[in-house]
Amino acid sequence: MSLDLTLLPDGGVPWLAASGEHADIVLSSRIRLARNIAGFNFSARERDGERLRVLACVRDAIPRVPTLGDAVVLRLDELSAVDRQVLRERHLVSRELAGEGSSEVRPASAVLVAEAAGVMVNEEDHLRIQVFRSGFDIPRALSQAVRVDRELGAHVPYAFHREFGFLTSCPTNTGTGMRASVLVHLPGLVLTQEVGKVLQGLQQMGLTHRGLYGEGSDVVGSLFQVSNQTTLGRSEEELAEHLQHVVKRLVEQESAARRVLVRDAGYIIEDKLWRAYGTLRYARSLGSDEAMNLLSAVRLAVGLQLVGGLGIYTLNKLLIHGQTAHLSHQAGRALTESEANIARARYVRAALANEGSADG
Amino acid sequence: MICSQCQERDAVVHLTQIVENSVTQVHLCERCAAERGIETASSAPLHPLGEFLQAAQQQAAQLPGDAARCSYCGTSIRDFRASGRLGCARCYGAFENSLRDLLRRVHGSAVHVGRGYATAAAEEIAGAPEPALTDLRERLAAAIREEEFELAATLRDQIRTLE
Repeated sequence: MSLDLTLLPDGGVPWLAASGEHADIVLSSRIRLARNIAGFNFSARERDGERLRVLACVRDAIPRVPTLGDAVVLRLDELSAVDRQVLRERHLVSRELAGEGSSEVRPASAVLVAEAAGVMVNEEDHLRIQVFRSGFDIPRALSQAVRVDRELGAHVPYAFHREFGFLTSCPTNTGTGMRASVLVHLPGLVLTQEVGKVLQGLQQMGLTHRGLYGEGSDVVGSLFQVSNQTTLGRSEEELAEHLQHVVKRLVEQESAARRVLVRDAGYIIEDKLWRAYGTLRYARSLGSDEAMNLLSAVRLAVGLQLVGGLGIYTLNKLLIHGQTAHLSHQAGRALTESEANIARARYVRAALANEGSADG
Repeated sequence: MICSQCQERDAVVHLTQIVENSVTQVHLCERCAAERGIETASSAPLHPLGEFLQAAQQQAAQLPGDAARCSYCGTSIRDFRASGRLGCARCYGAFENSLRDLLRRVHGSAVHVGRGYATAAAEEIAGAPEPALTDLRERLAAAIREEEFELAATLRDQIRTLE
């Protein structure tokens, strides 16, 4: 079975639209709710038969869940490695569910992709409901996630404890089971070397940070995922508000750092950013991390209004579609690293050429 | 790629440094990175609980009142300490005391105050404490939050009696 991405509502990545508030700094906002189904062992202790029954239980509920009515169900154990990776590059599935690295893709691993939300099935928890919004928009992501959760929970019995709340495989998620996160682009803070201090400050505020692809992923392209660290003892709204409050401050800090850069190192920065644009525009081979970092520079240039005629949407699209599995999917076969680098350069060149002239 | 410091081992940490507008790349092996105080994937805990679990593993026994194993899925507290994952929802009942202690350390609280959930199936999860006890615990948490320690002490005694 080959994955037809056109079947997915909005390709599963509506947040690429870059329509939200502060979209040049906050790329996307996400709410994730971890839920388990009562009466089954948690995933790590589940037998294959149980995993299948968990999936069947969710599938049976879909027709009665309005917000998931348009859901496409994808079985990861029936997809090729490239297709699984494509879903991961779109943030629709986690590394664990995609069977990346040391872990194998496990039977009945699946993802539901609907316009309103995505639901990972048989991940670390039976269900991981995810809602993405473009830009800085935690409140709407939360209300949407809550609606999906309420509807689904009416038909699928959740494991819930009066004192501890929603029960999860790992106690770090117990309670609300909620992780609210934003994907932020902080090149100003990276270039002014303030980022270490700022990230440390986040930790003291009860927030945690990761790379673009979550737990264990590297920080490339000055992209950081910032999320709440604790899930118990405060309500979903309180946790979300706190994140929002701190990220608002983070956006201000990033904006201030950018002003400092322009003020103190104007031509050096301008030169660096235009060189990045030039490389993306004309290179014949681009490594994955290299492209991420160059795109980060160009994103900053757009934010500083140095480069005109280039939309954030295009940059977001390049960020996701320029990754190896997407290029392989496009080519119809798994590309080697050097083939992918060539394909990436070609894809980026074409996208930037289409975007019209960004002249200095 | 060879570590740029010791010139011996393979570099696993790649750093981009920007000093006075000049960009340099530094490639380090794990040992040299550690010497410079840079955290690598293998030295950092595997999951947020990692550090706690390391500490917990050194503790001799589980807290009194808890079962040796979850009667539903067979997970022992030792299994949990090794993996950081519980086996099933009923583990929360089986290891209630140890978990309450753990949750308090990880989250700063062991009482859920977010969205509720009520279905027939959720009600029957073993280990769910009696309503009166839950109410008392919620009130205790609130009292501690509000720093009403006298009330908290009274509530704690009531809870102990009921338990």
